Amino acid sequence: MEPLLRVEDLRLYFRTTKGIVQAVDGVSFELAPRTAMVVVGESGCGKSSLAKAILRLLPRNTHTYSGKIFLDGTDVMALNDEQFRREVRWKRISYVAQAAMNALNPVIKVGTQVAEPLFIHNNLTKSEAVNRVVEAFQLVGVPVDFVDRYPFELSGGMRQRVVIAMALITSPQLVILDEPTSALDVLTQANIMNSLKRIREELELTYILITHDISTSSELALDAMVMYAGQIVELGKAGHFFLEPLHPYSQKLMASVPTLREDKDLEFIPGQPPSLINPPTGCRFAPRCPKRFTTCEKEPPMVEYKDGRKIKCHLYV
Amino acid sequence: MRGLLAALKEITRYPSAMVGLFILAFILALAAYAVITIPYGEAIRLWRGGEATWRYNPRTAAPAWIDYLTPKKLLRTVILGPEDAQKEVKVLSERTRRLIFTYTLDYEADVFPSELAVVFKSQYEKKPPRVEVIWRTPDGREFSFGRQIPSGKVHWYTVSQDRDLIASLRGAPEEVLFQDPNAPEKTLKGIHTITIKAYVFEPEADLEAEVVVYGTVYGIAGTDHLRRDIWVALLWGAPIALAFGLGASFGITISSIVFAAIGAWFGGWVDAVVQRLTEIRMVIPTLPILIMVGLFYSKSIWVILAVLIGLNLIESTVKQYRAVFLQEKRTPYIEAARSYGARHLRIIFRYLIPRVIPWVIPSFVLAVPAYVFLEASLSVLGLGDPVLPTWGKLLSDAFSHGALYHGYYYWVLEPAFLLMLTGFGFTLIGYTLDKVFNPKLREI
Amino acid sequence: MQDQVLISVRNLHKWFELRKWGFIHVGFVRAVDGVDFDIRHGEAVTFVGESGCGKSTLARTILGLYQPTKGEILFQGKKLQKLGRWYRAQVGYIQQDPYGALPPFMNVRRILLEPMVINRRGTRTERERRIREVLEEVKLTPVEDFIGKFPHMLSGGQQQRVVIARSIVLNPKLLVADEPVSMLDASVRVEILQLLRGVQEAHQLGVAYITHDLSTVRYFSERIFVMYAAKLVEKAPVKELISNPLHPYTQALLDAIPDPDPENAHKFKEVPPGEPPSLLNPPPGCRFHPRCKHLIEGLCDQEVPPEFEVKPGHYVSCWLYK
Repeated sequence: MEPLLRVEDLRLYFRTTKGIVQAVDGVSFELAPRTAMVVVGESGCGKSSLAKAILRLLPRNTHTYSGKIFLDGTDVMALNDEQFRREVRWKRISYVAQAAMNALNPVIKVGTQVAEPLFIHNNLTKSEAVNRVVEAFQLVGVPVDFVDRYPFELSGGMRQRVVIAMALITSPQLVILDEPTSALDVLTQANIMNSLKRIREELELTYILITHDISTSSELALDAMVMYAGQIVELGKAGHFFLEPLHPYSQKLMASVPTLREDKDLEFIPGQPPSLINPPTGCRFAPRCPKRFTTCEKEPPMVEYKDGRKIKCHLYV
Repeated sequence: MRGLLAALKEITRYPSAMVGLFILAFILALAAYAVITIPYGEAIRLWRGGEATWRYNPRTAAPAWIDYLTPKKLLRTVILGPEDAQKEVKVLSERTRRLIFTYTLDYEADVFPSELAVVFKSQYEKKPPRVEVIWRTPDGREFSFGRQIPSGKVHWYTVSQDRDLIASLRGAPEEVLFQDPNAPEKTLKGIHTITIKAYVFEPEADLEAEVVVYGTVYGIAGTDHLRRDIWVALLWGAPIALAFGLGASFGITISSIVFAAIGAWFGGWVDAVVQRLTEIRMVIPTLPILIMVGLFYSKSIWVILAVLIGLNLIESTVKQYRAVFLQEKRTPYIEAARSYGARHLRIIFRYLIPRVIPWVIPSFVLAVPAYVFLEASLSVLGLGDPVLPTWGKLLSDAFSHGALYHGYYYWVLEPAFLLMLTGFGFTLIGYTLDKVFNPKLREI
Repeated sequence: MQDQVLISVRNLHKWFELRKWGFIHVGFVRAVDGVDFDIRHGEAVTFVGESGCGKSTLARTILGLYQPTKGEILFQGKKLQKLGRWYRAQVGYIQQDPYGALPPFMNVRRILLEPMVINRRGTRTERERRIREVLEEVKLTPVEDFIGKFPHMLSGGQQQRVVIARSIVLNPKLLVADEPVSMLDASVRVEILQLLRGVQEAHQLGVAYITHDLSTVRYFSERIFVMYAAKLVEKAPVKELISNPLHPYTQALLDAIPDPDPENAHKFKEVPPGEPPSLLNPPPGCRFHPRCKHLIEGLCDQEVPPEFEVKPGHYVSCWLYK
């Protein structure tokens, strides 16, 4: 199957007063259409920067932005910023930013805010736009009469749904969701996860879900990507990752996830993730890795394991 | 505290701040030098002393270093005292003696002196001596004048104001005596011989004379209309400007923070009172009140400073600080402090206020020049401290004596330069501190 | 010791008056509306509930930061008239956001010194010794490396250790931990929760652990109290509650919590409709009745359900168990 998104050697470095931060450092992966890939990792591992790199939402202090991104076979890195903005961002790939529900403009009605991308990208008339907003609200489960409300009149869960509606209104192929439920209560979280699942099936969408909450991500995940210190360390089917993680980091990560229904000995990962300014040479996880051996001083290759899994670790060479 | 030190270290990375620090160090050195070399009382005495203190200085003379900037050779004041004189005594009778003092003056300047004077210091019991001055120019012309009886122990004979002499010379003595008869606009260079003849009429009586040829340049900073050395005022202006600016800024900032913190912390009617007082204060104009205080109560700079701080105890910045405190008040660490029993005052002074210090320091530094300028403006308006030499006072004197009209630019430029330098220094440091403490403003 | 009640809360209410323009009475936000429970010495109890259910207000009231509107708190058998400074020193507080919980302008020593200075505990050397003791206890060792640091120089996990150290520096009897790990990375959470458990066991502390995340609860507490709309709806030992939830709300809550299982992606969850009620105007009767699938008309929507002890130690406020 032709991948919907193919990323090759994507790099995004930032310039700071302390040095160059290698937030995304040589990331390559493919994403099949109609899948949902979850990207997990500790905070500061480059998950959100990956989203920004794919969407080309670059801050002013960008130092390096390189690599290739193919969307449906077309090389979107070749487009200039204006073309990218007009033809790709929000039109084919949309984005639910972290804490976006708190970033809604407090003085504009939510209906108008949701319609905003339509005015920018689709040149619709007002009544057409209103119809689309109503459809989008029905899709994400926001009562239709909420279009005339202001953000502060909505609960957190409703605001999050509004933000999702905003990402869906331009009928994109790919939606990148950055921590879409992290600030919400358990029931609301379950509710929104249900809606996201249903919407993906109905609209044949593809998701990239960025989260640090592995339990909740299992509600949506078909594929899984584990990031550590700006790099991919494990890539494969979500089932494989949840049940039998291979990379020592993934194993530790899974062992730290508390479970409600079964007793297990919880573990934690000692130490801290490395600084992205001067990451350690060789395997970046080696300083914290219980299975470290001498070869780990060298940069591990991305090993193709069975079932299409990829692991960046010397243990599987 | 360590954070503050680290921040101070960080500002050394900014060249602009280094310039600012350098300027500030210069002003501080100037202030320290002033306070050490000229004590406060001495400074007041010098400034208030009037002409008597400064009699040997030329009037409105430019700074001496001007000499190096002009092709003409300018004149520094020459004082020929008893030690420069050849003294001849001739006993004429039992009681009467004739004293002859001969002075030589090597005149090289291209300009005329600004004034001439002879000082007679005589000792006698009843009968004063008689004196006469004989002036011989380098080309051999001889003028005899100043035949008189000096009264008192010290008698000033201002040659330039001797009307008879002016009439007989048909011009100002300081010009006629020094001009080249062939080219009246030029000076005649060479050796002048001044002879003073004196007759004393008592056995114990004695007399000494000094010849004062007033120059056109004086000292580091020149002199004003009262012959006062402007350098004294420039020096003493520094500690006063710093004390006034820093004092006002510090007092006003601290009191505003404390009031804002109290209002924000207690909320309710306390906050309402602080807010209303702030608003009332915002519509009370400071300057007219200061002018009234200056006119009707006291012009003392310290009174004005106290009134200024008093008026601004609750300044308009209270509103900004309050907004910050209202946010800070809800931070978890304040709640934690309450949970382990901290009381109101401790929370206000140890938890709330330290939080805004980094935020306040830049605005405190940036406010200093405004108060320095305020003091100068009050002085220019004639409400400056009457006893203290300040930069504003210099400007005020220069202004009222038409310094610019007469071409005494140094008189205006020197204090103005120091005022601007001070403002510039504080501003450079302030904006850099702002960058350091509020990293959002920092360029990436 | 183990079975003695440390703190006992009876019919506790905390209402906030809501005013328009500062003086016109609009109503009361009933953040805590009639809550009863006991915490025993050395026992960790979890309060679980959604945001806005009043659990943080409950925590602050137990801490003495709010004076209760009605009801009483008995601490070690004594009825407290006023939750003053003595009482506050008996209760340690661990907050959600470790960075915000530490004054950024104080170093670790000063942060730990403050509670002792305020409560006039010990001499200078005793205080210094106590600081080292608690830092060792929260495993910030070697102590010298941490004692002079400012909060921003520490990682989130280390900051939370300082917060824990501060909460126990006065030797309290009770700890109130309001979402102590929700701001931390998953990999650090376990570490902190284990530390907290260790501290609790070492000093036989009572712990009120407030969270919305039930998945960590089974590892770190003995009993769970489920809170919904300002009331406790179910109280039971941890395993009992997880394996046998009785209240329909508890059931829904447990159902909504996923374990990392790839099967989850292929099924939909049953979630009760609607949202929790406003605490300004809570519904009559059982507050969960508008969302409840077991609604008994004429009863649930009219009468407030009392607490039924269905099994020893398992209490539920639901008419289904009448």
